[in-house]
Amino acid sequence: MTAPSLLGLLLLVSLIGSCGLLLGWLHRRFGAGEDGLVQQIDALLPQTQCGQCGYPGCRPYAEAVEQGEAINKCPPGGDTTIAELAALLGRDPVPLDGEATSTTMVAFIREDECIGCTKCIQACPVDAIIGASKLMHTVIADECTGCDLCVAPCPVDCIDLLERPPAMGESIRLIASDRSPGEHHVNA
Amino acid sequence: MSTLERLQRWLGLGGSCAPGIRPDTRKARTRDLGIQRAPLPPQVSLALNDNSHKPWAETLLEVNDGDWVRAGQRIARPVGHLALPMHAPISGRVNLTGAAAITSTREHASDAPGIVIVAEGCQQILTMRPLAADHASPEQIFERIAEAGIAGMGGAGFPAALKARAAHRAGIDTLVINAAECEPYITADDALLRHDAERVVSGALILARATGATRIVAGIEDDKPEAAEALSAALATSSLPADVVIIPTRYPSGGERQLIDRLLARRMTPQQLPVDAGVLCHNPATLAAIHDAVIRGLPAITRIVTLAGQALSAPGNVEARVGTPAATLLADAGLDTSRLAKLIDGGPLMGHQRSLASAATTPTTHCLIAATEQELPSPPPPSPCIRCNDCVPACPAGLAPQQLWWHTRVEDDARAKAHGLLACIECGACDYVCPSHLPLAASFSDAKRRLRVADAERARADQARARFDARKERMQREHDEREARRQARKAALRRPAPKTPADDHAPTSSAPADLRSLRIAQAAAKAALRKAEKALERAAQQQQPSEVLADLESQQSTAREHLEAANAQLDAARQEAPTS
Repeated sequence: MTAPSLLGLLLLVSLIGSCGLLLGWLHRRFGAGEDGLVQQIDALLPQTQCGQCGYPGCRPYAEAVEQGEAINKCPPGGDTTIAELAALLGRDPVPLDGEATSTTMVAFIREDECIGCTKCIQACPVDAIIGASKLMHTVIADECTGCDLCVAPCPVDCIDLLERPPAMGESIRLIASDRSPGEHHVNA
Repeated sequence: MSTLERLQRWLGLGGSCAPGIRPDTRKARTRDLGIQRAPLPPQVSLALNDNSHKPWAETLLEVNDGDWVRAGQRIARPVGHLALPMHAPISGRVNLTGAAAITSTREHASDAPGIVIVAEGCQQILTMRPLAADHASPEQIFERIAEAGIAGMGGAGFPAALKARAAHRAGIDTLVINAAECEPYITADDALLRHDAERVVSGALILARATGATRIVAGIEDDKPEAAEALSAALATSSLPADVVIIPTRYPSGGERQLIDRLLARRMTPQQLPVDAGVLCHNPATLAAIHDAVIRGLPAITRIVTLAGQALSAPGNVEARVGTPAATLLADAGLDTSRLAKLIDGGPLMGHQRSLASAATTPTTHCLIAATEQELPSPPPPSPCIRCNDCVPACPAGLAPQQLWWHTRVEDDARAKAHGLLACIECGACDYVCPSHLPLAASFSDAKRRLRVADAERARADQARARFDARKERMQREHDEREARRQARKAALRRPAPKTPADDHAPTSSAPADLRSLRIAQAAAKAALRKAEKALERAAQQQQPSEVLADLESQQSTAREHLEAANAQLDAARQEAPTS
């Protein structure tokens, strides 16, 4: 092997090496990183914080999914969330593990029956219940995720899960010219 | 698309390829007939929106079954922020029980309970006190518009007071009179302008002054020269600079955003409202209602309705009370029920099909079409899209409906959104031109709703995430604080100090508690010492054996030692916590 070809080889190797180092540094400096992936997974979860997946909240489940946990353990998210997670992570969509539950519920405390034990306040993952010891509690409906975690601890069974009324933007007919779902224009 | 249009406008080619469609206008039968006053109906039916699933539109009924109400009397008060008060259109007796059978067209029968008023007694209308429009404050004007229950009368029925307040807050410069009336058949605004343009202009001036608009621009299509003339004449005396702009007859030139773009060259994103572009836009009927409410104190209980369609022998424009059953109005216009194929509330493009038995006019009913089968034939079943692109020049929002259809039919809403779905005004122009008779607009309106639902869900999820994180942080903080206290306690116990009886049963947690327990220990030590001294005294008097005395003496000295230790500890604690 002649000296010029050896020199060329050396040059090539050093070029490749420096490029690799640069790319590595760029990835570490600006890349999404693993934390970014957890965040992306977390963004797809419905944030009910219900713990039905076996993890104490959506973020811990997102971390577990990033580590290889199954993507079908979120009943409130249902098939939509599974499909989105599958698309994000490049895994195959799998049927939901468990029964699909609706996220459109909201807890309601029958206030006459509440004894003020504060058990539901401690159970609520999003601090959506206000009240104090031996005083009546109530649910802040706008903050409630309908996760069901307050129902079991209640010693007097005064908490119901009701269907959440649609928000204004979700309404079927907001202005008079809006159409009902499936209602065609006269001409169509 | 918009760059291209900007280029076209710059080259002066703006008008040459205006979007939209040119359907047969079919206005000739009613446009020259003036306005007839409809006879008072024997009964009216209204829809009350107290649906708990729409809290923003909730209205509370203020009358009971069997009450006699006077025309113009308020019968329901608004609760939700988008709700309007409701007034009795005629004097009569309230019937809530028979209401289920006949409900107004505003909502579907299942959506809202109905109120029927059967005409009875004096029919004089109860009015509010007229306002001096020149001296009234903007807030007084807005309050009056709200009290009169005025909704936009062009079709959407959005509360006029809310729009006016928003315009006042945002600071607008132009009031647009939307007299385009671009949909076929409808001539209600045309007739109103020809007959009573002064009222419209008076309403416009009241609203312009209250909202701070400095000029008035009216847009009207070129097939209504008489109305344009009348409007120009009435605006000539206006105290604000005013313009009447004649625009070519095209559907949907009366779309709020399209008209504003056309008249003022101001564009809005789908998220923006006209007030964001410095414009408040109303149709003539709404402005006339505002004039009536402010100057005459009349609540919004009448409106002009075009009665049209080949099944009528005497079509025309009538001024009818809100809630008049369609059957009553159409019978007076010579309805031939055997020829009636379709009853439409509104125009043929934006209207809703109703049944003759249950339909009644609402504040937004500008037209009732009693159409024969030949006139508005039912479309054949849809066939697949052939990508003919006819819908693209028809779309007033500059969208490509055939591309949107591709995405919305498989519910790929994200991609449809990327193609501008949210700018769709659901005008139905694409449906009209579609050779495959696809329900394009309906599919877009469903997709828009799905997107709104998804947005609401995302917002809720973000809020829940924030609250969950906040709670986690709070619990960590509380845990840390508890741990710190425990460590402090441990450290306090490990501090070298003479062992006292107090140590055994007085766990110390913080300085004041510490002091108290030390004080108790000191008192106990004192008592023990006194007891030992007394026992020794008694023993000495009773001349007990010397061993017993020695024993008691040692007890007394131990007690004294304890007391001294307790005193020392207490002093040390007091020095440590000088505040107590």
